[in-house]
Amino acid sequence: MSIEASAFAAILAMACATILTRLSGLYLMNRLRLGPRGRKVLGAVPPAVLMALVAPVALATGIAETAAAAVTAFAALRLPLLAATALGVLTAALFRALGWS
Amino acid sequence: MRQTWFDDFRGGALATLPLTVAVAPIGMIFGVGAAAKGLSVAEAVLMSGLVFAGGSQFVALDLWRSPAPWFALGLAALLVNIRHVLLSMSLGGKLQAFPVWLRYVSMLLLADEVWAMAEKRAMAATLTPAWYAGIAIPFYIVWLLATLAGALAGTAIGDPRALGLDFAFTAVFIVLVVGFWKGRETGVILASSGFAAIAVHALVPGAWYIAAGATAGIIAAAIQEFLWSEELPA
Repeated sequence: MSIEASAFAAILAMACATILTRLSGLYLMNRLRLGPRGRKVLGAVPPAVLMALVAPVALATGIAETAAAAVTAFAALRLPLLAATALGVLTAALFRALGWS
Repeated sequence: MRQTWFDDFRGGALATLPLTVAVAPIGMIFGVGAAAKGLSVAEAVLMSGLVFAGGSQFVALDLWRSPAPWFALGLAALLVNIRHVLLSMSLGGKLQAFPVWLRYVSMLLLADEVWAMAEKRAMAATLTPAWYAGIAIPFYIVWLLATLAGALAGTAIGDPRALGLDFAFTAVFIVLVVGFWKGRETGVILASSGFAAIAVHALVPGAWYIAAGATAGIIAAAIQEFLWSEELPA
């Protein structure tokens, strides 16, 4: 049950960054007048960030990851978050157990 | 008065119950992953308590090394959580029943699920502080307890890679990406972001691929909106 100094600094940096994002929207709301097009462009932020996180793992790591990513994406069209995630995890485990990685 | 406060708190908590239950296994996966990456139980729980943003916490595990690179982790958290700016802008206009100081305090617990339930309530009635507390506080406590349980179980569960658990984070993000799909425009954004991220990931060490992919995706969105769109500006 210990906290390393570098881990504490990293967690604090993450907390400050996250708190900044949570408070700044409220602060900006009254000051910034975004048109509908600006709003739409800003709406691209979440999928763009998520895709940047996913792409190197899903498409440039190995067969197991690519197959699991495809299964997850397909399952996500029909199933809720938890079920689709479980199917992706199972696929990755199965491919690795078979030695296809 | 007190009765009303409690009724509202309970209303918010009951409306959010399905999400509060569903977040428990995700918090446990985070705790297990944190233990596998060498975080202590206290560090895992501290991160869940202070950051309280699942996506960025999973990204942090992905980038975690010893000693922890605070700048890279802070920057990654900023990039992953930049969406909160939009969420808090949107919800900020629906907090008339809150004193100004309490508006800022309540934003500290603004997770995606909390935001969605608060917006839903605001459509039907005035969102009260008690209702918001009913949404956010049980959700936050379950996130902490689930992290603790996962971190304690930790390595006892076995090699997370053989079980595919390291893929759980990627899988969660893929499901979220699919949820953001709005047609061809989204496809162009995703293709730009994915291509830039893979290229930078292969060429530059560290978390820069996240910024590169995000920037490419936003530029793609701006080009589509301002240059290719046929509608006249409003």
